[in-house]
Amino acid sequence: MYPKDYRYTKEHEWIKVDGGNGTIGITDYAQHELGDVVFVEMPKVGTQLEARQSFGTIESVKAVSEIFSPVAGEVIETNPALADTPEQINKDPHGAAWLIKVRLADSKEVSTLMDAAAYEAYISDKAKEHSA
Amino acid sequence: MRYLPKSPSERQEMLEAIGTKSISELFQSIPEKFRLNAPLSLPGPLSEPEIIQYFQARAAENSRGYTSFLGAGVYSHVRSVVTDALVQRGEFLTSYTPYQAEFAQGTLTAIFEFQTLMCQLTGQEVANASMYDGSTALTEAVLMAERITGRHRVLVARSVHPEYRHVLQTYAKNLGIEIEEVGYTESGQLDRAALKKESFKQAAAIVVQSPNFFGVIEQLPALAEAAHASGALLVTGIAEAVSLGILRPPGDADIVAMEGQSFGISPSYGGPYVGVIATRNQFVRQMPGRLAGQTTDAEGHRGFVLTLATREQHIRREKATSNICTNEALFALVATIHLSLLGKEGLREQALQNLAKARFAQAELEKIPGVRRVFSGPSFNEFVLEFPRSVKMVNQDLLREKIIGPFALGTHYPELTKRALVCVTETTPRAEIERLAAAIRKILERPV
Repeated sequence: MYPKDYRYTKEHEWIKVDGGNGTIGITDYAQHELGDVVFVEMPKVGTQLEARQSFGTIESVKAVSEIFSPVAGEVIETNPALADTPEQINKDPHGAAWLIKVRLADSKEVSTLMDAAAYEAYISDKAKEHSA
Repeated sequence: MRYLPKSPSERQEMLEAIGTKSISELFQSIPEKFRLNAPLSLPGPLSEPEIIQYFQARAAENSRGYTSFLGAGVYSHVRSVVTDALVQRGEFLTSYTPYQAEFAQGTLTAIFEFQTLMCQLTGQEVANASMYDGSTALTEAVLMAERITGRHRVLVARSVHPEYRHVLQTYAKNLGIEIEEVGYTESGQLDRAALKKESFKQAAAIVVQSPNFFGVIEQLPALAEAAHASGALLVTGIAEAVSLGILRPPGDADIVAMEGQSFGISPSYGGPYVGVIATRNQFVRQMPGRLAGQTTDAEGHRGFVLTLATREQHIRREKATSNICTNEALFALVATIHLSLLGKEGLREQALQNLAKARFAQAELEKIPGVRRVFSGPSFNEFVLEFPRSVKMVNQDLLREKIIGPFALGTHYPELTKRALVCVTETTPRAEIERLAAAIRKILERPV
């Protein structure tokens, strides 16, 4: 379910690093919790982000949620397809529905994030909390 | 809301039910020094005949038989008794804002109709369920422009209603929004040459009012072009909504903020009124307040919902697009019923009567020696005249003739002393306009 080469945050974003750039999206767990996504508000290209800074919002039928950047960097691209088809986030959150690409401020920063195994353990703990 | 009386024994019963001995015990958590330890200082109860007498005495204090030439943001227009009869129905009059939205289909239907009318009048794509009044609508429009553009400076025409600008300044003060005022030319319109200033390049919005506070109609297409060329939005305020009966809808504006008082709401004591905010579809998520939408229920019937409520404060808390949570539903309903009664032709005819009577008044008043028109730009039902002496002094004399005189612009504009803003609507009879002209002529002929 959760790609092995991605890194994850406690706020349920993922980042995939490719050289000096990173692609950022939200996890399958996050899309499931949000419900049907109806709108995504994106940052402007060129925006400088700090790690854990909010860069946009995702609006579902139930709520509007902030999206946080896993790392520091500059926004170099936003996913143009999501303006017309935000529901892609529910269908393919780890692939076609990526949100933004950033130029990493520090390529070593991602190593501080959870890997797939750690993230799966984290969300299974969360699931237990819910059922408790 | 209903008044529910309760007797001392009923009170005792209720206290026992929750396990307390006295009402004062309920307030134990409030520190002693903050508690009121004496009964409220209110007059005692009155019998029914005494209450009727009291209100008759208050009603007798009202001034009757006066003719008003005062506008400046509040306008006397025709109102139908039909409107009052309908809005006073308990289903509308006593219902609170629809928090249990889908249960209130009647209210939502009325709001949806209101939004549709406002879009048709303003030439915009989406309007919300209403705002408090014109001044707060204009302020919220500026906050919207700030969110959309990410810029924090706004250019506001000095010809925008001074009280609207005051409300905007109050909001802007602690939000880090910088306000720069832009002057007017001899036409009474915004000074477009001033927009070329370097500091104006990074503006979130150009804010104008049309007809503006001087009654002059702004050149909105040119202003929209100037705003868009520098990446700013054009925010257009409207204080006199009847002007939309003949003016081109302000479709060039990116956000329209309007006072709806002219649509069937009596001037009262300056409120409550109803604000309107309308914009382009692309900005709908940055629009404050609530929005009624049309949908189809599980059985295929047309129905209404509150849509995009996820942006509102009961869900988004401090991150909501605005802290406005309620709306002026009853006054939005007044405007809706009023406009439905008037119809498209009726509104147009009303606007034409305003224009014709204002033109007549202007011509009559300009014949008086020493009185001249101040601004050359096109106007609707208000215009500015220069008097050879203080407007306030002239007004004092007019009051003795049972005439409420024009607004003294010097109140808000030090450079415009001796300038009078005259308002004439369809409610002003021709004979009263002639009486005003004769009275002013007589006053000005007298030595000071």
